Amino acid sequence: MTTTTFQHTRYVISENWITFGAFALFLVFVLFAIFGEAVAPYDPLASNSAIALQPPSLYHWFGTDQLGRDVLSRVMVATRLDLGIAVMAVALSFLVGSLLGTCAGYFGGWADRIISRCIDTLMAFPLFVLAMGLVAALGNTVENIILATAVINLPLYTRVVRSEVLVRRDAGFVEAARLTGNGDWRIMAKHLFPNVLPVMMVHVSLNMGWAILNAAGLSFIGLGVQPPTPEWGIMVAEGATYIVSGEWWMALFPGAVLMLAVFCFNLLGDGLRDLIDPRMRT
Amino acid sequence: MAKHSISKIIGQRILGAIPSVIGVVIVTFLLTRALPGDPAAFFAGPAATAEAIDEVRRNLGLDKTLLEQFFLYIGDLFRGDLGVSLTTGQTVGYDLLTRLPASLELTLAGLVFAIALALPLGILAATRPNSWIDHGVRLLATAGVSLPTFFTGLFLIYVLYYQLGIAPAPLGRLDILFSPPTHITGFYLIDSLLTGDLELFWVAASQLVLPAITLGLFALAPLARVTRASMLGMLSSDFIRTARASGLPPRQVLFGYAFRNAMLPVITTLGVVFSFLLGANILVEKVFAWPGIGSYAVEALVASDYAPIQGFILTMALLYVVLNLLIDLLYVVIDPRAGVDA
Repeated sequence: MTTTTFQHTRYVISENWITFGAFALFLVFVLFAIFGEAVAPYDPLASNSAIALQPPSLYHWFGTDQLGRDVLSRVMVATRLDLGIAVMAVALSFLVGSLLGTCAGYFGGWADRIISRCIDTLMAFPLFVLAMGLVAALGNTVENIILATAVINLPLYTRVVRSEVLVRRDAGFVEAARLTGNGDWRIMAKHLFPNVLPVMMVHVSLNMGWAILNAAGLSFIGLGVQPPTPEWGIMVAEGATYIVSGEWWMALFPGAVLMLAVFCFNLLGDGLRDLIDPRMRT
Repeated sequence: MAKHSISKIIGQRILGAIPSVIGVVIVTFLLTRALPGDPAAFFAGPAATAEAIDEVRRNLGLDKTLLEQFFLYIGDLFRGDLGVSLTTGQTVGYDLLTRLPASLELTLAGLVFAIALALPLGILAATRPNSWIDHGVRLLATAGVSLPTFFTGLFLIYVLYYQLGIAPAPLGRLDILFSPPTHITGFYLIDSLLTGDLELFWVAASQLVLPAITLGLFALAPLARVTRASMLGMLSSDFIRTARASGLPPRQVLFGYAFRNAMLPVITTLGVVFSFLLGANILVEKVFAWPGIGSYAVEALVASDYAPIQGFILTMALLYVVLNLLIDLLYVVIDPRAGVDA
């Protein structure tokens, strides 16, 4: 690394320390997602009724649940599943949405009309309700949670890509590419889409947080992930019954970690937006 | 602009909502038919015999083609027939109608709370850009969208009910010692006022406060952000500079000119906010044992009782279409320019 790159990096970090902090937090979450099972102090599924419902202590930092399972270990292990669902869902809707949006924006006409009409129909539903209906209809599995979360995020990606492609469709560089003999699909993939990517990254980051919330919300009402699998939404749901009798740790810790994860992605998205396009800042 | 053209625009907007309604009905129909395995077996219930399942299949018209089934479904909808709930034994239409006011009361209370807090915060932040208030509002807005509604609700219950004992037990719309007011609108707050029962009004209001705040906190963030952004845009525009240069009092410039114009993007955002609110409603109702249509659907979900879920999704979607239409109409009424290029 040369001195100038180093200075530049230091400058960017010092100007955006919140974003940097969020990025560090993001790395921590990624580490837990990968190594969570290895570093968890206890087996997340091992129950022991002798130590049920213990408040946080030196041995069990986050306390134990109604079956005597260690809450800290369960929260750690759950990271992979929660982030995994969100990553898969966002990736899926990113891919499909980009394809649909690029086609709609580039070809216009009937393709645009059909795609936009379908997207409008999805938008006519309150999104969480649609996700709930999809999972209820397709079956109560993790795959369907991913699918439902992807479907409700689809309108966002399709619309953003469509409008970004639309304004560039007749730009000089696209005309030039066409005149030098590039086909439609090549122009879309190699010339238009790369220009849309920076804006999309901001949306991906903001959307990740939302996808995590959504998946956790679905499992909170009993859809998708089933107990005893550790998952933040289920853990909050299980802890909810105990909160009125004062056992706060069972719901608080998974809920707080869930909140932190979403907060982290939202801050990261805000930071990226400031870096990529300061005018979008609100 | 003539009155005639405004009513024409309103008519156009109402017609414009029809494709959404058709789309919603088609999607809900497809969800009905996409049930895993045999829908007839699901509707007949887990204890049904093979003959009973066959009879349900004939009754539901599941032995006909998909297109025929679709028209049968439309026919049922027009007669208001949404099927029978296995868990309550009532028709789904009746269940939804009796429970809808509870959900609406909660959603509206949440919305009012969110607006009452978001507008002043957004304006404060916009009039003092880059001050600590501005940063605080920004942080609050980011935190607000990061909060899982079910978690906020539980946290509030723990602190305000369990620890401090200020809030009543999170067990629905009324304390068990009270009986609901005479049914007039179904909104307990309004009904208790109409019957002149002030004590009941306070009891109902105190039950409503926590869930409404939980719901409102979630809707707060987008509203505060948009208010701030659009106020900032307005305050730096030419007509505000002219108004200030002409010596108009700051209060009049801020509220009479900037605020009125800045409201338009905020009203547009209400569409997204309602999508949030109606979704979060389900979670909040479950946390607070609120007897609305959201908790009804969750109960049905747990019991694998599909008719109520489909009725619920259809109701929610239609409600959302109507709300979006109302927002559109409000926009036309507030901003006469909206009709010109539309």
